[in-house]
Amino acid sequence: MAKLPTPEELAKIDLNPPEKDWMDTPADIKPGMFCWGAKGKNLKILDFPNARDWSPAEEDWKLPKDWEGTVLEAFADKLSKYRSFKIFMDVCVRCGACADKCHFFIGSGDPKNMPVLRAELMRSVYRKYFTNSGKVLGKLAGARELDLAVLKEWWYYFYQCTECRRCSVFCPYGIDTAEITMMAREFFNLLGLNIDWIAGPVANCYMKGNHLGLEPHTIKSSIEFFLDDIETVTGIKIEPTFNRKGAEILFVTPSGDLFADPGTYTAMGYLMLFHELGLDYTWSTYASEGGNFGFFTSNEMAKRLNSKIYAEAKRLGVKWILGGECGHMWRVLNQYMDTWNGPADFMEVPTSPITGTRFENARSTKMVHITEFTADLIKHGKLKLDPSRNDHLKVTYHDSCNTARGMGLLEEPRYVLKSVCNNFYEMPDNTIREQTFCCGSGTGLNASENMELRMKGGLPRANAVKHVRDQHGVNMLANVCAIDRATLKAAMEYWVPDVSVCGTHELLANALVMKGEKERTQDLRLEPLPGKEVKE
Amino acid sequence: MRLKRLLSEKKSAVLRRWFDDIVETYPPDTSQFLKKQKNQFANPVGSTILQGIENIFDGLLKGLDKNEISPFLDNIIRIRAVQDFTPPQALSFIFLLKKIIRNEIAKEISDNELSEELLEFESEIDNLALISFDIYMQCREKLYEIKANEVKRMTFRLLQQANLLTEIKDEESDIKEHDFININTKGGS
Repeated sequence: MAKLPTPEELAKIDLNPPEKDWMDTPADIKPGMFCWGAKGKNLKILDFPNARDWSPAEEDWKLPKDWEGTVLEAFADKLSKYRSFKIFMDVCVRCGACADKCHFFIGSGDPKNMPVLRAELMRSVYRKYFTNSGKVLGKLAGARELDLAVLKEWWYYFYQCTECRRCSVFCPYGIDTAEITMMAREFFNLLGLNIDWIAGPVANCYMKGNHLGLEPHTIKSSIEFFLDDIETVTGIKIEPTFNRKGAEILFVTPSGDLFADPGTYTAMGYLMLFHELGLDYTWSTYASEGGNFGFFTSNEMAKRLNSKIYAEAKRLGVKWILGGECGHMWRVLNQYMDTWNGPADFMEVPTSPITGTRFENARSTKMVHITEFTADLIKHGKLKLDPSRNDHLKVTYHDSCNTARGMGLLEEPRYVLKSVCNNFYEMPDNTIREQTFCCGSGTGLNASENMELRMKGGLPRANAVKHVRDQHGVNMLANVCAIDRATLKAAMEYWVPDVSVCGTHELLANALVMKGEKERTQDLRLEPLPGKEVKE
Repeated sequence: MRLKRLLSEKKSAVLRRWFDDIVETYPPDTSQFLKKQKNQFANPVGSTILQGIENIFDGLLKGLDKNEISPFLDNIIRIRAVQDFTPPQALSFIFLLKKIIRNEIAKEISDNELSEELLEFESEIDNLALISFDIYMQCREKLYEIKANEVKRMTFRLLQQANLLTEIKDEESDIKEHDFININTKGGS
């Protein structure tokens, strides 16, 4: 029989610093911290290299021959193609301003999650192969060779970055660590080292137009389910259109909101708002995904998946595009779509048919964020609202990283929320707006098998939510992101169990007084509205 | 109790040691950060530990009340239950307190014959450990429950659409709350 360890041995914690440098401490790939490897069939659909089933937990990653050569060649290519990448490799002075700004570092305490060190994992290899000092001086110049242990370390840590860009806000040189992570993921892509939580949705999106792989009839029937619930709540029958040519506006939203609660209630909110306005719009069952998980694989794939949005707008002949609540979707639409697949000169500068407001900020992309659209409606007094219907809620707002830091959408969601709720409380300043903390599960890391990672990453956000719960009794965390709606629910369940999660347009629809509606006794979740319960 | 009076006099020294020993269970770069960053939102781990151990220590001095102490234990354990610690490592911070107290007041214990009181006090720390096991397990179970709930949420609407689900229409039972679903295998398409 094996000798049982003594209690002292079990609880033994070495209080002395390790003798080895970070470079000599290989990554220990731990369960709960990584996502499953991409399935061969998904990679094959996408024509991604080295399509085969593989597991990160196994020793053998089934890498292609001369994988080192592939990575170094791609490295050189990216350095010549992206000036920013070259600068980010060279310019860091290790001032440490970013070190403690990452939610994964704060929550995990793992120093390799300090953005500076995470980037250093790659810079060390850059120095070895692309700088003279590194080539000659090697380790003395902070350079190291690319070997299997380094590759595994890269993989482990660059899939522990959500590209949230909080660290870049604090960097005096403006180094965007997200772009370093993007490059790392481009390299993994060439070796078939994707994760399935990304590759699966990308394959679905490529084949069916959306991450969930919903076919046109399924999209239609899921929206019809919402219509039934809306009729139950309001007594109003809504009849939206699909793929309608000649509509003024094309509406595109993340497909996640069509299936998973609480995103579904946000989708109901859109339907109710558009009906109330009599908006001339259409859903598309082809451009049926606003999100773009391709963005987490390679630039080329992101571009391919994105192309359907303008293509569908052209086919239907719409004047402009309205986009639903999402995070990374807006980083892509706001900062990449026009360059990739524009110019969208077949459309007009978006103009609200209700208020006449021209959205000059969307002059080029022709796509408007729904909170911009709705805030404008409210500002012009075009909506009849009864915020008291949300009186049982004490609401705070989580800025999605991508909408806040990626497109500066800070005021509009707050304006909408404050107009539809009487109880709104901000979280502390260093956790919101440009400094917002990530939900901990972005960039395709919202799988279930990496739950420990997600909970660590979600801790700083949850900690701020807990503060407003304790101070003000906050019980609802509103946001404008489909991934937030899915993942913050889990983070709240673990860290602050009495706080629910919702989209901004769910609360708007609850407060929206619609023409011809019956007296509301339920909210969109079919839960009784306090004080309006039906008496038996 | 003389021991408790003595410990409350030494409270700040004990807590400082206890805090330092706990944060040193993290890698050196991290423990430095946990000690230095005082903003509770920039450093939730450090501030939770700091606030937690003070309340736990006060609780011990007052006489252990499970309901009062549990939330503070929970705050610390909830964090360590998802970090890279084995279960004994995650909970070892409780036992660190024994060693710290013995070192901190070694002289007073032998001078004032406090050994018996110390034994009693250490039993209370052991009780603290037992409560902690409970909390640790709840945290780990919660993680698995969350995983299961996510899968349920993702598939619920799909099953509903495929006509594989019928909700039990019973005003009395709170279907929503319990996610009580019935798989209608006959009606499937």
